[in-house]
Amino acid sequence: MAVGRIWVVTESSGGVASPAGLELLAAARRLAPVVEAVHWGGDAAEVAAVLGGHGATRILTVGDLEGALPAVPVAAALAARIEASGPPDAVFLTASYDQRDLAGRLSARLDRPVLTNAVGVTEGADGLLAEHAAFGGSTVVRARITAPPPHLFVFRPRTFAAEAAGGPPADVEVLAVPDTGAAGAATIVHRHVAERAGPALDEASVVVAGGRGLGDPSRFGLIEQLARRLGGAPAGTRAVVDAGWVPYSYQVGQTGTTVKPTVYLACGISGATQHLVGMKGARHIVAINKDRDAPIFGVADLGVVGDVTKVLPRLLEALDARDDRGGTQ
Amino acid sequence: MEWVGEYAGMKVAVCVKQIPDPATPGRLDPTTNTLVRDGKLILDDSDAYGVEMGLQLVDAAGGGEVVLVSMAPHRETGGLRTALAMGADRAVLVSDDALAGSDALGTAKVLAAAIRPLGADLVLAATESTDGYTGTTPVQLAELLGLPSVTFAKRVELEGGGLRVRRQTEAGYDEVTCPLPALVTVTAGVVEPRYPSFKGIMGAKNKPVDVHTVADLGLDPAAAGWSGARQVIVDVAPSEQRRAGEVVEDQGDAHQAIIRFLEQIKVL
Ligand SMILES: Cc1cc2nc3c(=O)[nH]c(=O)nc-3n(C[C@H](O)[C@H](O)[C@H](O)COP(=O)(O)OP(=O)(O)OC[C@H]3O[C@@H](n4cnc5c(N)ncnc54)[C@H](O)[C@@H]3O)c2cc1C
Ligand SMILES: Nc1ncnc2c1ncn2[C@@H]1O[C@H](COP(=O)(O)O)[C@@H](O)[C@H]1O
Repeated sequence: MAVGRIWVVTESSGGVASPAGLELLAAARRLAPVVEAVHWGGDAAEVAAVLGGHGATRILTVGDLEGALPAVPVAAALAARIEASGPPDAVFLTASYDQRDLAGRLSARLDRPVLTNAVGVTEGADGLLAEHAAFGGSTVVRARITAPPPHLFVFRPRTFAAEAAGGPPADVEVLAVPDTGAAGAATIVHRHVAERAGPALDEASVVVAGGRGLGDPSRFGLIEQLARRLGGAPAGTRAVVDAGWVPYSYQVGQTGTTVKPTVYLACGISGATQHLVGMKGARHIVAINKDRDAPIFGVADLGVVGDVTKVLPRLLEALDARDDRGGTQ
Repeated sequence: MEWVGEYAGMKVAVCVKQIPDPATPGRLDPTTNTLVRDGKLILDDSDAYGVEMGLQLVDAAGGGEVVLVSMAPHRETGGLRTALAMGADRAVLVSDDALAGSDALGTAKVLAAAIRPLGADLVLAATESTDGYTGTTPVQLAELLGLPSVTFAKRVELEGGGLRVRRQTEAGYDEVTCPLPALVTVTAGVVEPRYPSFKGIMGAKNKPVDVHTVADLGLDPAAAGWSGARQVIVDVAPSEQRRAGEVVEDQGDAHQAIIRFLEQIKVL
């Protein structure tokens, strides 16, 4: 059962396509000859070049939604498009706030199941197989949808690497939004953007993460300093998020962000399975923990058995000294 | 919905999932490849926030009712009793052998059939469950009920006959307004769930729990359970494991080892 066409849901803002959509385009391109991007917002023409360059031949855009939450109007527009011109074989979505909603809306509207939390996809004899991590990532479960298309898959971000394909700018097709009645009535009245210096957590190549082992919220400053010093992003465990030390946007793990940096520094973190699933994809892992038996050492390339509150200040000092000596970058 | 004063008579349906204790490790059934769910079920911690939110909103509205809705095997009520002890008024439980193997959409269809007759002003659920964590069930439910939905709520308030919700986003949060009836999913920390009091625990024993089967709800049995899920697990394999690397004991010089490592991988 060859796959012919995949829709990839992308997000963009102010003419900049989010990396998650580009990652999914790279995966879809390997599986299907025709890949089309689903899009909303007023910047379809501006992202046509980058989406085309990553393999989308066409952008199906719902246009500017003027404050409506996207899931309901986008699902309605896609359902109408499917009704008129037939379904794609699959729709690939990212587990973002809006796209999880979109997956739910589409699934119920089209009466199709959806496979969520996928961390890989391959082509099997009977269609696409989604890979899922079970038991804290120790097990891979592969699942397939038996319902008619479209098959809906929601991937964890950072599952694939984005890769330009060098295609021409994508064509833009504007989809009409049918009346969604009461279901479409939720409206954004104000957007609050938290200030964040440095790279976004899920895009950073260095992530410095702190856990309860720091002992005290004020010591989280050590994490922030080290992250800044290494040009990376600070992060935390659910334990420190729930304790109110840092906002939810810092949380790495099953119920937080998935990261795949070049290096992940875990400081005072035990390495619970729900944390590990969010960071095990890092190329390198360094862990500092005073307990030699902490599970985090099971995944660390370099493990330091020691007190974070002592090691981190010395590390920061040594990095400063190294700068003064004109150390290389 | 009967409005007395501005909000009195608000009816909130709270979805609560009853799950195996997450502290005891799960296992897969070797023949069906699904999670084994025997033993006692407890209230999913994630849903305690919805229960608390419901109780607080009914209070703010000047009265009303919090109705729990759950789908669970073997007429399980362990988790429901916990939520009733917190103060919920009654519960609707759907339990039927035909529902074994239901996926998120199947679950949403069952919950929709159970919630529709309630005439709720607001349906609350958690952002995602602890054991399934698809996070799609509530929005599927909203679509089936024809309701607007606001997910990832960090704060929920009644305002002008509708809701004002602070919704978590990648960048920060959005303030969202939404008319009622609606469905909202709450994140951990939206409110602080109360502990059931002794009086609450005793009182919960006598609160009504209506139990329904698939047939009661007028659902097609073929649309539920394994067959309704229309997805199959193809195989299960151990994943490639990361191997532990070097471990050094800090003797006052471990920061040097870290710097050398960062240099080696060209981060410094
Ligand atoms: C459904 C569910 C979802 C979850 N999702 C997530 C998630 O997304 N992300 C997440 O992170 N967690 C998640 N958790 C929680 C997870 O199970 C752990 O509780 C959490 O990750 C622990 O955080 P921690 O490592 O900071 O704290 P702890 O487990 O308390 O570990 C602290 C560590 O610090 C060490 N330590 C103490 N003092 C020092 C010192 N002075 N120097 C060095 N080391 C020290 C200790 O040895 C210990 O290993 C989830 C749990 C559930 C049930
Ligand atoms: N069987 C169920 N009974 C009641 N509520 C449920 C059930 N399954 C899911 N829910 C609700 O939907 C939320 C998200 O579940 P999930 O889609 O499994 O992540 C849960 O936290 C519950 O609030």
